[in-house]
Amino acid sequence: MGAAPAARDVTSYGMGLAAPLALFFLVFFVAPLLQLFWLSLHNDTAGLHWGLGQYLHFLTDPFSLGVLGSTLLLGAEVTAVCLVLGFPIAWLYQRVGPKLQTVIILIVLLPLLTSVVVRTFAWIVILGRQGIINATLQSLGLIDTPLKLLYTQFGVVIALAQVQMPLMTLPLITALGRIDPNLDDASCSLGAGSWRTFFRILLPLSLPGIIAGCTLTYAAAITAFITQSLIGGGQMLFMPMYLYQQASTLQNWPFAAAISIIFLLAVLAVVSVFTTLGRMSRGYGGA
Amino acid sequence: MVDAPSGRSLVVDAVTHRYPSGALAVENINLDIKGGEIIALLGPSGCGKTTLLRIIAGFIAQTQGRIIIGDDIVDALPPNKRAVGIVFQNYALFPHLSISENVAYGLAARGIDKASRQREAQRLLELVQLPAMAERLPRQLSGGQQQRVALARALAIKPSILLLDEPFAALDKNLRLDMQIEVKRLQRVSGITTLIVTHDQEEALSMADRVAVLSHGKLEQFGSPSDVYDRPQTLFVNTFVGSTNRMPGIVVSADRTAAKVRLDAGAEIIARPAGGALSEGGRVTVCIRPEHLQFVGDETGFAGVVGMSLPLGATVVHEVTTADGSGVKVSQARIGETRALESGAAVRLAPLAPSLANAFPATL
Repeated sequence: MGAAPAARDVTSYGMGLAAPLALFFLVFFVAPLLQLFWLSLHNDTAGLHWGLGQYLHFLTDPFSLGVLGSTLLLGAEVTAVCLVLGFPIAWLYQRVGPKLQTVIILIVLLPLLTSVVVRTFAWIVILGRQGIINATLQSLGLIDTPLKLLYTQFGVVIALAQVQMPLMTLPLITALGRIDPNLDDASCSLGAGSWRTFFRILLPLSLPGIIAGCTLTYAAAITAFITQSLIGGGQMLFMPMYLYQQASTLQNWPFAAAISIIFLLAVLAVVSVFTTLGRMSRGYGGA
Repeated sequence: MVDAPSGRSLVVDAVTHRYPSGALAVENINLDIKGGEIIALLGPSGCGKTTLLRIIAGFIAQTQGRIIIGDDIVDALPPNKRAVGIVFQNYALFPHLSISENVAYGLAARGIDKASRQREAQRLLELVQLPAMAERLPRQLSGGQQQRVALARALAIKPSILLLDEPFAALDKNLRLDMQIEVKRLQRVSGITTLIVTHDQEEALSMADRVAVLSHGKLEQFGSPSDVYDRPQTLFVNTFVGSTNRMPGIVVSADRTAAKVRLDAGAEIIARPAGGALSEGGRVTVCIRPEHLQFVGDETGFAGVVGMSLPLGATVVHEVTTADGSGVKVSQARIGETRALESGAAVRLAPLAPSLANAFPATL
């Protein structure tokens, strides 16, 4: 009971200290968001007529819905690739000596140390018609005509997966590091094989990291304007480019604003699905 | 509810393990353990006892030697096929599974149906006296309760061998004694051959049928608690198990059962050649436990001056400085009114019996 006043003091200090950041967010985040929302509620580009016309337009237009769908699907594919490739790296990291750990962390972080534009152009060099992959396959005589890798969904997924990999691997490394290595031995000594140990022990206990990693990767992948546009090219349209075209090329600001709001809500929905899944499983926060 | 005694024998046959760096972890360890025995692996940290435990469990493949459980050489079997139950020092309960799921985990791995394994988990939780905890998570239990769950989980797979790795180290003193009694009770009930790794000599002596003392990867002695305590075979065992006074001296005469030693502290005493034959004129270290020294009135024994007397409840410990300047401790049971010894009093000391003074060849 004696600690109650002290605890209340701590909270009141905390709130006061958060004020500058709150103000910053209010001015530079909440206000623009409200402005965007206000803008989206106009039926004409001049902003004279109020209404939900922009939203109706988007939600009844198969093309727009198609762009939204393929963007969300792209995010899911990139996240899946990152998870499948990132988990073994994170697992390996926790089981090697300190020297190899340094090497692994360097490799994981390396993508963050170069510009997204540079990395994306590197992928163009790799995936292009005369690129490294096609050149190698052709010189080996495995293919006659170059494979179409660039400007395909496959190319975009691979490039984005590489670009966003650290966002998956780093939370996973942290989560796996929190798991007591004895649990592995305990499971094994109780007669469980590697797969049972993985699915019953390792996977549930690493869920907090998986969810954090998936949320970050997903959000980053679907909004990755540069990589999507350069690797996807003109034939593949995703939400960020669609938005950009509407706002910048067609000057249709109210529709662009509506696209933004819908995109935002769609992303929030997906992220909350991730979080709910995590909370439903009892592994969440259990370690 | 009682399992039929299921203890299988365990033979550690000339096991040597070398780390990748080339350092020896354990060297030529031989243990012949009968079914149903409790064995303590006792030694200071780094003596190789945990390595030996992990070799028996199958987590480490030894460089040389064999592990034989019952009639089977198990060296080729991975840990999940050895049916060796382990209780880890930190219990290693699965934090995201309920107590009942933890206990049933090994049964699920064996493909036993859900109803049977829940019944079995409940039976085991009753055995370890935690029947009401089935639905809780491990973190909601106290340390002692978690340990009982860890025991129940290990026993659930009906292991042929039960390994306990420093099982009581994390418990406070009172709880430790309770759990030691509890483990011994469960072991008697189940009859499972049990190996306890510990650095705590009291624990080893009180719980085990036989104690294996290890030092620097080598087996120093393997015998009953009274053998290890009263008839140590090496100087290490004598000093590591219990406390002892080390008194240097020279062998005057020796045969296989007795040696006459001239102590540097003065006086000749009869001692037991504990580590093999002694040669006349050789330097030895004589170990006499504080409780095996007595004050003598006559001219036998060696002289000393009392430094300090510490009343420790049931015993009184006197610190005595001998003629050669070294200190010895004498422990006296407090029977009736033990005479108080003043600091500076001149006394004479002698071992209670020749068999209680152990002479080892002095190492340089």
